[in-house]
Parts: sequence; structure tokens; C-alpha cells
Amino acid sequence: MRGFDVLILGAGIVGCACALECVRAGLRVGIVERDVPGGATTAAGMGHIVVMDDSPAQLALTRYSRSLWQELLPHLPVGVEYERRGTVWVAADDEEMGEVHAKRKTYALAGVESEVLDARALAAAEPNLRAGLAGGLLVLDDAVIYPPTAAAFFLHEAVRGGAVLLRGQGADHIGKGIVTLRDGTTYAADRIVVATGADIALLPSLPIQKRKGHLLITDRYPGFLHHQLVELGYLKSAHQISSDSVAFNIQPRLTGQLLIGSSRQYGNENPGIDQRILRSMLERARSYMPALAGISGIRAWTGFRAATPDKLPLIGPTDDPTIFLAMGFEGLGITNAPGAARLLVDGLLGRVPGIDATPFLPSRIALMETKHA
Amino acid sequence: MMRRTDVLVIGAGPAGIAAATAAAKNGCSTIVLDDNVAAGGQIWRGGIDSARTKEDPAKTKAIAALRSSGAEILAGRQVVDQPAPGVLRAVITMADGTRAESFAWDRLILATGARERFLPFPGWTLPGVFGAGGLQALVKGGFYVEGKRVVVAGSGPLLLAVAAHLQEYGAKVVAIAEQAPLRQLLPFAASLLGSSLGKLLQGARYRASLARTPYRMGCWPVAVEGEESVRGVRLTNGRRVWSEPCDLLACGFHLVPNTELAELLGCKLRGDFVEVNVRQQTSVANVFCAGEPTGIAGLEAALIQGEIAGLSAAGAAREASELYGRRSREQAFARRLEAAFRLRPELRSLAVPDTIVCRCEDVPFSQLQEHISWTDAKLQTRCGMGPCQGRICGSAVQTLFNWRATSVRPPLFPVPLEVFDSEEISISPETIVH
Repeated sequence: MRGFDVLILGAGIVGCACALECVRAGLRVGIVERDVPGGATTAAGMGHIVVMDDSPAQLALTRYSRSLWQELLPHLPVGVEYERRGTVWVAADDEEMGEVHAKRKTYALAGVESEVLDARALAAAEPNLRAGLAGGLLVLDDAVIYPPTAAAFFLHEAVRGGAVLLRGQGADHIGKGIVTLRDGTTYAADRIVVATGADIALLPSLPIQKRKGHLLITDRYPGFLHHQLVELGYLKSAHQISSDSVAFNIQPRLTGQLLIGSSRQYGNENPGIDQRILRSMLERARSYMPALAGISGIRAWTGFRAATPDKLPLIGPTDDPTIFLAMGFEGLGITNAPGAARLLVDGLLGRVPGIDATPFLPSRIALMETKHA
Repeated sequence: MMRRTDVLVIGAGPAGIAAATAAAKNGCSTIVLDDNVAAGGQIWRGGIDSARTKEDPAKTKAIAALRSSGAEILAGRQVVDQPAPGVLRAVITMADGTRAESFAWDRLILATGARERFLPFPGWTLPGVFGAGGLQALVKGGFYVEGKRVVVAGSGPLLLAVAAHLQEYGAKVVAIAEQAPLRQLLPFAASLLGSSLGKLLQGARYRASLARTPYRMGCWPVAVEGEESVRGVRLTNGRRVWSEPCDLLACGFHLVPNTELAELLGCKLRGDFVEVNVRQQTSVANVFCAGEPTGIAGLEAALIQGEIAGLSAAGAAREASELYGRRSREQAFARRLEAAFRLRPELRSLAVPDTIVCRCEDVPFSQLQEHISWTDAKLQTRCGMGPCQGRICGSAVQTLFNWRATSVRPPLFPVPLEVFDSEEISISPETIVH
């Protein structure tokens, strides 16, 4: 039986980032991918590197991760399409403008640079927004990337450093340092890292739910949009646990294309387009940017976020001392991949972590039954 | 706007016309949607110069039968998605913008035809290189070719028809290069003597009108010469390579079926084609398919399959079954056609590292070579993810790498975003929280 120090299950962006981090720590690493690296949730998402302040722990992790992306920047291939576009949180009215000021204060305390835009500054920054908006908050260092190539970069670097990609079979069961693939092959590993995103078949009792999202991409319109724009109401909708919601969220791609979101649905595991949701999502977008009406949409698709009850990822050890988790990132897997990978490996090696790791420990949710053979 | 119909036919080429005629004649309310300005499909495409366009008598007859059947033809409609089960949405572009129309159907007949296969080789993206059928369509639409030197290259029976047509419009066809070798074509030509004299005579007429043009079998293009536009084409017969000076290259490597809509609806494919039973029914209940999407078999097969599909959709099973014998003969023709114009392996190695394969996303051959599957390649290079949704590069990568382009995503054609709320679909306004 072939053995590894660490065997990572899932070559999404989080699994790939973990692999690279392990390789850099000198560990012997294997990565199990049943299908295409970066082909599931990683490929379906927007690729927005964003500092989120919805909880102190999330703020700490996203800020930490964004700084790690900035460190990686000189090494990222052109194909990753990293662009420091900045996020503008758009305030529709005075009430939301109040939130803008509160948000700026929260960011400032955390050392995250941001700038309040009044109505005129917002219109100047994004002339295609409708008139009459109150303003916004520009978070300067937020960025946009193309996630599949970013995942491929981590994977390629890990493999170059000696990691082994085991492709074509998913893991069927895990436990006590053994991973058994669907074809019966077994591997031994001191540590097993489960990074299978929204797929919890290996650990069915994990409190992770699939949260479906829709996106639509347009033809090329260079210059139409300059920043990633998100309505402040997004936070309200993102926190809705029970019902379906849509929010205005639009991203400029390096190609000049526009990526339009977003929607959130629980309890719908059908990957098909939900026309009702797609339509409300696009109506919402057009209510902020009327000029989108004439813009050509070329493709719509859906994806599944891995949502936890407290909106924080699961990073660290489980009841089985050989099994570790790096999953449950909801909509922030792209942003948080490098931070999560660093925290995970700090934990594996007993290093002092760069930020407090306790809010993300799986032990906070007391139900870690594993699916044994 | 939402309309309801017993039978909805997508495509008004020969198969769609025959299907709609049969369904309407058998008492079904029938609507035909087509994305061109007039019925006829690619093979019966009309021209703006009616004095010059000699209508095929079969077309005249088929259109007349369609008109008297009571079926309604709605041209200029592109089907883009399925907003709800049993409903298709089409868009129509007018001077004042794009409008969406939805059609609720009881039975659906897909007669979406075929398109040309393009294969990448150095220079194939230069101005002056056209699809063979594409150039023919442009010429019918008024594109001027008089006095232009044209090389017609690629594969398939279409090449002769295109060359004869271009010649009629005053082009000087300097060479026709058919990649299939004589030994592959001979059994096909011989079989026509026995069973399909009409097709052979048609071919002979084309050939006669091209008496002074060399028709080279076992000959294919390896590169286009020219910097800004076409100056010539390098052709080879496998033993030597020579230069053929020309102003235009019309190039298509036989046909690939349009199966995107069928795939969007969940119809099962067999190989590249939509799987149908004897009634022309697909794997999806009440969805039928006829013509090229079920196998590249030409005009007569499309007419018979269309009629069978229309009769089946109308519940006229006995009348449909009477046509099965004729359909089998045409299917035998299709098998011979496939064998005759099978692509030679050399065509897979024409592209050089910097040859663009995906024109929407500017993806060169070298970038694709690094990947092991279509999904990998698509994710990492965005090949096939542009506005054409892989309609052009999809068949190319399949030929080059044996990758089958799998995912079909709505909308099938680019649509302005206003379309997504400009029409009424009866879906209850449930809780949408902003």
C-alpha cells in the first residue's frame, strides 16, 4: 500500500491550496480527484477576492487570505487574470449609506483600507449605475481572479514540489489513516484532509448544506464596468437561511465580459437553471444598471456552495485524529483558499497560526461521525 | 407572449417542412419556427436575386404543401431555452429591439439540421476564408464573387454544389479539393447507379458545369497563404505540396448535426446523433427528431423522416409505418455517404502550435494540447465558452483530440438580457426576497 504524510481528498481550489502548503512544509502529499481538478464549485463561482465583515472571524480570515493572495501575486501566471479591481458596496438609500459608514469603521479597525463614495463619486466611478443611488464603499484591495486557473496553479506548483495527483477515482471511505477509493485501491496516510466542498458523502453527518447559486456571463463589453459591484442588501440576502434570495452582484472580467449574480437557494439540488430565480436575479441587476437590458448574455449556469450553520468554514481536526477538514466555505472558497490552507498546515505541524484558528475548528460543531468501512 | 400549439416544429428545412405538413394535415394545430428569414433550410436557401436562383422543384412542391396544410410558419425566430417543461422560448430581432415569444407544445419535432465542420490549419482564420456552404449562403444574399478566383476544399457532396453555384455567379473556381480518396468514393458513386440515379445525375450536372475545373480527390488544404487576406492555398495529395493562387477559399469538411436543442431537452444521443425509435421519437416523451440531427443522410431522408415524425406526432401510426421501407433505403444511403467521406487521419495534424482553434476565445492549438479532456481544456483555456458556445471549435476538437464537447448551457444563442423579463411565463410569483 502506498503511503503519504498527507492525503488530500478533492482538488478544488481549497484542496489544491492545501496540497501546495503541505508540499512547502516538506510533507509527502497525495491528492485524490474523482473528476476534473477545479471542475466543481471552483469552476462555478465568480472569483471575487473580497474581505467580508459579516463576523469578526470571517473578517479575520478573509483579510488574512487576501494578504496571502497579494503575496502570491508575483508568482501567479497571467492566466489567473488577477486584477485589483476593488469592490464597491452600493448603497441604494440613506439607510444603506448608514451601513456604509459603519462598514468603513469596521474595516478601518481591522486595517482594511476603504473609501466612502458619495452619490456623485459613485456615479463617476461607475457611470452605468442608475441615477439616484446614495453612494457606496470602495474597498480598494479586493480583486478578481479566474478560479479554475488559480486552482491549476496551486496544483501545478504542488506537483512540481513532489505531490502526487491521483485522478479518476473518488474516495469511497476513509478512517484510521486509510483511504479506500471506489475501485478498491487503498492508500495509507498519517493525515487525511477532506476538501470535497459541498459533497459530504464521506462524512454524511457534517452540517454542510448545498446552497445553489446562478450566474450569467455576457459577451465582451470592455469599459462598461470597472469594479466588482455588490448591493449592500447582499448581506441581508446572504444571511437569509430559509428562503430563496437574489442580490445584485456584478464582476468585470479581464476579457471585457460581465459576470452577473447572485442567487441563493437551499433545498434545491437540481443543477438545472431555475428560470424564476434567473429572471429575478437579472431583473435585480437591471434595476441597478438599466443599460444591461441591451447587453448580450451568452451563458447561464448554476453551482453549489457548501454552507455551514454558522457561515464559517470547517478547518482542522475531527474526532478521528487522522481526519482533518477544509470545507464549508460557502461563497468564500476562492478568497479563503490560501488562508485556510495555511491554518490547516499550521495545525498539522503545531505551528503558531497567523490568525486565531479556533473559530474554524470543526469541534465547535459536535457531530463528527465518520463513514467507516 | 405565450402561444399554445399541438405540434411545435423547430426548423423549416426539408425535414421540418415535411413534419409540419404531415402533422397539420392530420388535424393538429402546428407552428414551425425557423431562424432564417424564409423557409427552406440550408439546402433550399432562397436568394435575393430571384431571376438567378433556380428553385428546386421539390422545394416549390414542399412549400406549397406546407402552405395548404394549415401549419403556421414563423421565420426569424431563434430558439434559446426551455423556460418551463413543455415550453420553448424563441427570440425575434426587429428594428426596435429583440422580443421573446414562448410556445407551449404537446408534441415537439426537432428538425434542426446540420452545420459545416471546420478544421483548423495555418491561416484558416484569414479574411477570405469561408465555409463552403457559408460562402454559398453569402453569395445568395448578395456577396459579390464575379471574377474572383476560388478554391473549394474540404469534403462532402456539398463541395460540388457550392462550386457549381459559385461558378454560376461568375466566380472562377480554380480547384476543388476533396479529401476523400478515389478508392473511398468509388463504391459510393457506384451505389448511386443502382439506387439513386437522381443523385448521380445531379452530381453529373454539377460536374458538367465545372468541366474545366479540376476535381481532385485525395487532396486537402495544408495552409492558407497571405498575410492580410488570402493570396493562395497550399494543397497536398500526400505526396507533394503545391500552391494554388486564389482570392477566396471555401472550405468545409462535411457536416455535423445540430443537436444542441435536443441535448438541452435531455434527449439521449447515440454517438454524435440524436437517438430515435422507428417513429422518430427521441428518449424524451413527446419529443421527435428528424433529418440530419439523427444522421447525415441528405434531402430525401430528411423529407421521409420528417413526414414520419409529423405523422407519429399526429397519432397517424399506420400511415407513418407505410414509409418505413423508403426510410430504410435512405438510411443505407447515409451509411455509404458516411463511409465515402470519412475524414483522413492527416487532417488531425494540420494545425501548428499557434493555429487558433477557438476563435471566440483566441485559443491556440498548443494550449489545448496540454490537456487531457474537453472539460480540463475548456476550464483552463475557455475553449468553446464564447458566444458560439463551441459550435465551431467543438467539432474541431472532437476531430483533433477525440474529445466530445459535452455541456450545453442556455441560452443556446446570445440574447439581450431584457429578454429575460419581457415575456410572460405562468409561474406563480413565489417568495423572492431581496
